[in-house]
Amino acid sequence: MPSLLIIIPLLAVLILNLPLGRIMNRASFWVTVFLCAAQARLAVDPTLPFWREPLPPLSDIFRSGTAVDDLSLVMFLAVALVTFSSVMLCRYWCEDEERRFNFVSVILLTMVGMNGIVLAGDLFTLYVFIEIAAVASFVLIAFERGRDECEGSFKYIVLSAVASAMMLASIGIFLMFTGGVSFAEAGEALKGVTTNPLLLLAVALFAGGLFIKSGLVPFHGWLPDAYSAAPAPASVLLAGVVTKAAGVYTLMRLTVEVFGITPALQSVLVAVGLASIVIGALAAIGQRDVKRMLAYSSISQVGYIILGLGVGTPLGFAGAIFHLFNHAVFKSLLFINAAAVERETGTRDMREMGGIAKRMPVTGLTSVVAVLSTAGIPPFSGFWSKLVIIVAAWSAGRHGAAATAIMASLVTLAYFLIMQRKMFFGLLDRKYEGISEAGGFAVVPSILLALVTVCLGFAAPWLFETFLLPVRSIL
Amino acid sequence: MTFEAGILLALLVASALWAVMTYSLVMSAIGLGIASAMLAILMYELGAPMAAVIELSVCAGLITVVFISAISLTPRMQDREERADAKRRLARFFPLPLILAAAAWVMFAYGDAVELPIALPQAEQGGVREALWEARSFDVIGQIVIILAGAFAVVILFKNLRKPGGERR
Repeated sequence: MPSLLIIIPLLAVLILNLPLGRIMNRASFWVTVFLCAAQARLAVDPTLPFWREPLPPLSDIFRSGTAVDDLSLVMFLAVALVTFSSVMLCRYWCEDEERRFNFVSVILLTMVGMNGIVLAGDLFTLYVFIEIAAVASFVLIAFERGRDECEGSFKYIVLSAVASAMMLASIGIFLMFTGGVSFAEAGEALKGVTTNPLLLLAVALFAGGLFIKSGLVPFHGWLPDAYSAAPAPASVLLAGVVTKAAGVYTLMRLTVEVFGITPALQSVLVAVGLASIVIGALAAIGQRDVKRMLAYSSISQVGYIILGLGVGTPLGFAGAIFHLFNHAVFKSLLFINAAAVERETGTRDMREMGGIAKRMPVTGLTSVVAVLSTAGIPPFSGFWSKLVIIVAAWSAGRHGAAATAIMASLVTLAYFLIMQRKMFFGLLDRKYEGISEAGGFAVVPSILLALVTVCLGFAAPWLFETFLLPVRSIL
Repeated sequence: MTFEAGILLALLVASALWAVMTYSLVMSAIGLGIASAMLAILMYELGAPMAAVIELSVCAGLITVVFISAISLTPRMQDREERADAKRRLARFFPLPLILAAAAWVMFAYGDAVELPIALPQAEQGGVREALWEARSFDVIGQIVIILAGAFAVVILFKNLRKPGGERR
């Protein structure tokens, strides 16, 4: 029945867009919230019959889908949490009911795309659902139709088209070799002939396409513009989960099921991961626009995930999955808070802010939680995932990579402390004396995500034993 | 390769180049439609009728209509802007035909040296119904969603763009 995670949001979009007047506009928000809550509830309990029992007519249609494992469940939970946060923020951000309705419809389509990516069991299906998420994201970024928004969306379209062409070419090569495009067939073809230059080209093309989709260095040119120009709820969705599902999760899934963990691929992943960690962190320091800083920070944090994957050990893989989820939570939280501050102060320039925590205490406090978690400070969840990745890299003999990751974490702490000081601490500027705490639709997801970060931090040992280390069985 | 296939291939490349290099969005959409039609005929000639039908109906037909509908909702550039844009575009894409010609030469000269283990997919050997509704039904739903997302994009991004007092920027 996991296919219902695609069918129900799709039916919801179609039904909500029936010409039945304003009632549909109002219902769209609550329907989406309900769908996210239901998906989150299902994802936290892998023993539910929902994940195993087929639903006859749908199971025939979706038979090329992959079996749901712990990695899929982590992604489903991340998709539900971040989509919920994005929809809530949309309610706070956008006052016009019709525009909000359109925005929520596209968010639901993005959810269909992301759930499809997680359920895909062959390369072409994967490609189709990556495209759904991408097309919906182009619309979300350009939604406000301003010059910056259109420029950000256009850059994403151009680089995304390059990535799509690379992935399609790769699928074509796999098809020529195997006559099919399922993960099993492609993986089998690679096991037999690992030195065939055409097959290696196919792997390089697909991995390159996913590097672009993930916004990894040196393919990150589109990401800061897209994240910073997009409307706030779209930034949350993109940074929290869209690029992670279309790029990072897909890379993880294919590395395990198709490419295999070869020394050459490991070296590429570690190199790209380290470059992203360092360049993302260094670029974030010099930013004045808070959303651009968060975008560069996102590049750096995704680098940690790729480093964990590149280490190639079960511990590294578990750390990568944990950091993928943590990143979805704390980066969504930071983008929500940035949106709340922008909405109340009218600026994203950190030089024009100061002392805002006096007027927005909840936003200030949850920002501190997110910042400390991102920088890897105990006991927050980000500390544990970074620790596991660094220990895995050290244990695998990649001492230089582990040391670089630790140093970059200090840089992360430095630029986020600068951000906190400029935005929330210090004296309150007179022009901001009239501002107040963000509305409930921004504060509720903010508190929820902060609580998730804190609880995951305290529950990390249990979480590793019960949820993340069983992922070893995938390898 | 037959003479007819060579002509079709040349027309395909020429119309694709036209789609990229022309300054007129409508002409670009038409160029893309012609390229898709040429590709559909080539697919049919190469023994993939199912792919040819989908290419012709979706890419050459539906997508061209969507593009032209979207373009019809946008304001036209001024003549002076058009002339400047045409010059910029020619300068920017000047090397493209040369790169394509070089790539074609490499492929024709050395293509036979690489042995490809061609293995036709199972679906291609069955009928259209089997391929679409039995073997690839998951993808077909996905492709319908992509078209739906495209329709949303046109409605959301272009609606009211030229209405007086609308949100045109």
